[in-house]
Amino acid sequence: MDLDELYKEVVLDHCRRPRNFGEMPDADVHVHGDNPSCGDEITLHVKFGANRDLGEVMFTGNGCSLCMASASMMTQKIKNKPRANAESLWTSLHDMLTAREEPKELDDKLGDLQVLIGVRKFPMRVKCATLPWQALKQALEEKNSA
Amino acid sequence: MPNTPDWSAIRKDFPILDQDVHGKRLIYFDNAATSQKPRAVIDALSRYYERDNANVHRGIHELSQRATEGYEGARERTAKFINAPKSCEIIFTRGTTEGINLVANSWGGANLKSGDVILLTEMEHHSNIVPWQLLAQRTGAKLRYVSVTGDDGLLDLSQLDPLMRPDVKLFAFNQVSNTLGTVNPAKELCAKARALGITTLVDAAQSIGHMPVDVQDIGCDFLVFSGHKMCGPTGIGVLWGREELLEKMPPWQGGGDMISSVDFFESRWNTLPHKFEAGTPDISGPIALHAAMDYLDAIGRDKIFAHDQELAAYAYNRLKEIPHLRTFGPASGRSGLVSFVLPEVHAHDVVTLADHRGLALRGGHHCNQPLMRKLKVNSTARASFYFYNTMDEIDRMIEILAEIQQYFSRGS
Ligand SMILES: Cc1ncc(COP(=O)(O)O)c(C=O)c1O
Repeated sequence: MDLDELYKEVVLDHCRRPRNFGEMPDADVHVHGDNPSCGDEITLHVKFGANRDLGEVMFTGNGCSLCMASASMMTQKIKNKPRANAESLWTSLHDMLTAREEPKELDDKLGDLQVLIGVRKFPMRVKCATLPWQALKQALEEKNSA
Repeated sequence: MPNTPDWSAIRKDFPILDQDVHGKRLIYFDNAATSQKPRAVIDALSRYYERDNANVHRGIHELSQRATEGYEGARERTAKFINAPKSCEIIFTRGTTEGINLVANSWGGANLKSGDVILLTEMEHHSNIVPWQLLAQRTGAKLRYVSVTGDDGLLDLSQLDPLMRPDVKLFAFNQVSNTLGTVNPAKELCAKARALGITTLVDAAQSIGHMPVDVQDIGCDFLVFSGHKMCGPTGIGVLWGREELLEKMPPWQGGGDMISSVDFFESRWNTLPHKFEAGTPDISGPIALHAAMDYLDAIGRDKIFAHDQELAAYAYNRLKEIPHLRTFGPASGRSGLVSFVLPEVHAHDVVTLADHRGLALRGGHHCNQPLMRKLKVNSTARASFYFYNTMDEIDRMIEILAEIQQYFSRGS
């Protein structure tokens, strides 16, 4: 059933035990993202390394399971990785969730994030899963202009 | 109770309730967002478009006359519904939100100046906060709030006297809170304000379809509501104001119908209520609202309120059986809704999982963000009832919530 595709055990696990969850007072940027319609909110804390690549990444906040799991998996995938990596993950995730046709095969580099494919069938919930990524995008842009 | 309405027969008046959603019997518990419509209201809408449709106040042909009679007849019916002294005090709007904006723009613009205070409560809907913030920015007036005591969701009335200082010009509050289910003592609040010369606006969005509402008994200066939460269609609402206040207020929109004569450089305003109804209005809306008012009064609003309270009390007690479930709003005397947080499951997930079992709940901040921040919760699930809901549906909700908790704890 569709619901089981939405709430896979990996999602529930990340929601119950979010990875990289916590404050980072010495972060280079703190970016806040919220969904005004539903009250989900997260703050992403990012340190940048050389070449504006990503260093440590943590998050804090309060949101539904999809938002929390997406944020938790995202931080695992992007921290201490080149920024281009984060940008291309975002593109792949976005395509997976919003492309008109259901993708025939999923981008390997998404890894665990592939479990979010179930969100496709719940258009009202897409913004829950993409909220952490909107914050990431903003963090990368802020670093750009800095 | 003598003459208890036959609620299960009444339920059959609502065609939409007779359906399955995701393969399960629909249980509609999102009535605070909008109510469903009885056959009588749906028929009034289609009858109007099948037989009587024409523009109002302009033509002298038969159809225009029928449309105008329907429209103005609805105004008179509305005056009776809220016991307004005069039907010219009834202004049709798009809804509660537009009514508040009208008062903020027209009355507020003409009466408030820098340093004046608009008194609100912490349990207001965004639509009774933001228009006043905009007005405050324009005029230099300030906002002040009556606090909510905590999770039990009552206004802290002990603050009222110290808050109602001479700089307060307006007090705007809801009669029933859409998040907490609190029924505020509107009459007492208005009496206090009136004694100090403070103008009052009552947001009756959540009360109008659920209890008798009498503007003279409440003693307010303005009262606003939406048709869609009381069995009427969307897109129609009502502003009632005391004639002497409305008379002195400038129009807020210009156009056809609101003028008595127009020159190239200036115009004269039409009389009440037309001064505030520029352009072709929603005509079918008031006509269908009329049908909704007749429908509610045939049941009896006092009976609806008693039934609402029974449903809410039952739901509240049953929800309290769930360990660690947090509820918001008063333990007793609440109107027909309960907001809650299920332990370990976010409100969004509750709503999605409930939906797949046919149960329509609402999850989020319910347009009460500042209140939610104060209560330190970022979203709640809300079950809101109307007279067509049943105790059996509430029992089913409790089962569904248990299923959801179980589903969510798998693998842990
Ligand atoms: C207490 C309260 N005030 C105002 C409103 C706004 O009503 P509308 O959106 O119909 O203008 C609502 C609707 O949710 C409400 O519950």
